[in-house]
Amino acid sequence: MRAIVTVLGKDRVGIMSMVCALLAQHNVNILDISQTILRDYFTMVMLVDAAQCDLPFAELAALLEREGKERDLSIRAQREDIFNAMHRI
Amino acid sequence: MINTTEIFDTIHMIDQQHLDVRTITMGISLLDCADADPNAACRKIYDKICRRAERLVATGQAIEAEFGIPIVNKRISVTPIALVAGASETESYVPFAVALDNAAKAVGVNFIGGFSALVQKGATKADRWLINSIPEALARTELVCSSVNVGSTRAGINMNAVGTMGRVIKETARLTAGQGGFGCAKLVVFCNAVEDNPFMAGAFHGVGEPDCIINVGVSGPGVVYHALKEVKGQPFDVVAETIKKTAFRVTRMGQLVAQEASRRLGVPFGIVDLSLAPTPAIGDSVARILEEMGLETCGTHGTTAALALLNDAVKKGGVMASSHVGGLSGAFIPVSEDEGMIAAARSGVLHLDKLEAMTCVCSVGLDMIAVPGDTSAATIAAIIADEAAIGMVNSKTTAVRIIPAPGKTVGDTVEFGGLLGWAPVMPVHPQSAETFIARGGRIPAPMQSLKN
Repeated sequence: MRAIVTVLGKDRVGIMSMVCALLAQHNVNILDISQTILRDYFTMVMLVDAAQCDLPFAELAALLEREGKERDLSIRAQREDIFNAMHRI
Repeated sequence: MINTTEIFDTIHMIDQQHLDVRTITMGISLLDCADADPNAACRKIYDKICRRAERLVATGQAIEAEFGIPIVNKRISVTPIALVAGASETESYVPFAVALDNAAKAVGVNFIGGFSALVQKGATKADRWLINSIPEALARTELVCSSVNVGSTRAGINMNAVGTMGRVIKETARLTAGQGGFGCAKLVVFCNAVEDNPFMAGAFHGVGEPDCIINVGVSGPGVVYHALKEVKGQPFDVVAETIKKTAFRVTRMGQLVAQEASRRLGVPFGIVDLSLAPTPAIGDSVARILEEMGLETCGTHGTTAALALLNDAVKKGGVMASSHVGGLSGAFIPVSEDEGMIAAARSGVLHLDKLEAMTCVCSVGLDMIAVPGDTSAATIAAIIADEAAIGMVNSKTTAVRIIPAPGKTVGDTVEFGGLLGWAPVMPVHPQSAETFIARGGRIPAPMQSLKN
């Protein structure tokens, strides 16, 4: 199952490495990454494959959110379907 | 891959513009629960609801977590209880309401609708007993919602029922006086009621529906408001296009959630209701959309035209986004549940007569309106009759959910809390309609041709 992970927050060293390590730990494969800095703000969108994830998807999303919050980042994982539904006919 | 701008658009809509799925409502038929023994009937009702809706709330929460979309309410609608309880040898239907309330609490939903009767042409004995039980039923239960259909385009208006509902609303207010007449917030009087409405308090599961079904109500006044901010000063063609595009996206999300819920629960998907349902939160108001179109305050001249455009564009945008559209589908204008409406009513710009005009062009009717506690039953009945006439003649659903707030007068406010918000008490015309309502009988069904 494919999902979109978005990360927003003040830029600093190690954000990408932290998110990637978390995803790898739970066997989530990264398919595509787009990342930029907008006025000091780290903005990243990842397309991931969570089919082999060792956690139920809702728990993975909750874990990312929690880990993000501890570091003042907003991290969310949402199933890709929601974006396809809203933006593609 | 979807581009970054689109992804952040969606996230902004959820985070800052109150985009949500307002309700997943499971419709459950109780026709097979009828029993001559009222206790047995109530037990069957409780068991069937608990069995069917056991996983409803958990499934809703799971979808919410995986898609990152808030699903505000999980609810249940059931067959109009007058149809089920008619077989039972009892004259008080309050125990049926208690059974519904207990079942709703057991499965964890926040409202259950269907303590209802359909009497547009006339009432059966069961309909009358149900209507007589409404005040006590609403006072003794927390989650049960009640509705009565008193008119339709094909049948005309049952003025005996209209008169009765005026008294029932007064009695309901009296029995729930401690909570500002809260019982009345759970009671809707309809003309042309729909059988697949997922929104409370008027939801019930019609007899033409299958045994169990999933209906979804979407919302998103905040999203429309923000979209309109981007097209300030532009002609109405642009305004309509902008609303259509926004409604399309919001509805696609609702359709996805509805299909997912239906698949996971193993229950057929019914409809998506394309409604703009406001909440008392800042930035989630239908009134503010109308003001964004260029009106100083909602309720001033131009409001009806603005609402007509909004209502139509929401439908046009939403229809293509969903495989089955139904329910009420349009903009809601509940006064107490809309921050902008509350402000407009408080400032004295928005009054009952203008609201009545607005209901000619939007999806429902006079909704969540508090009037002085000493408003007579006949005046309330006459307000219902006016609304029903608008629905009957225009072949649309209209409804009245009015609260004669005990002990309150114009200028006071009534607090309901949560999504139901708070309402300033609005003035009604003091002149009597007593003799008019006392006539009873039926207003004949209107012409369907020679429309002018």
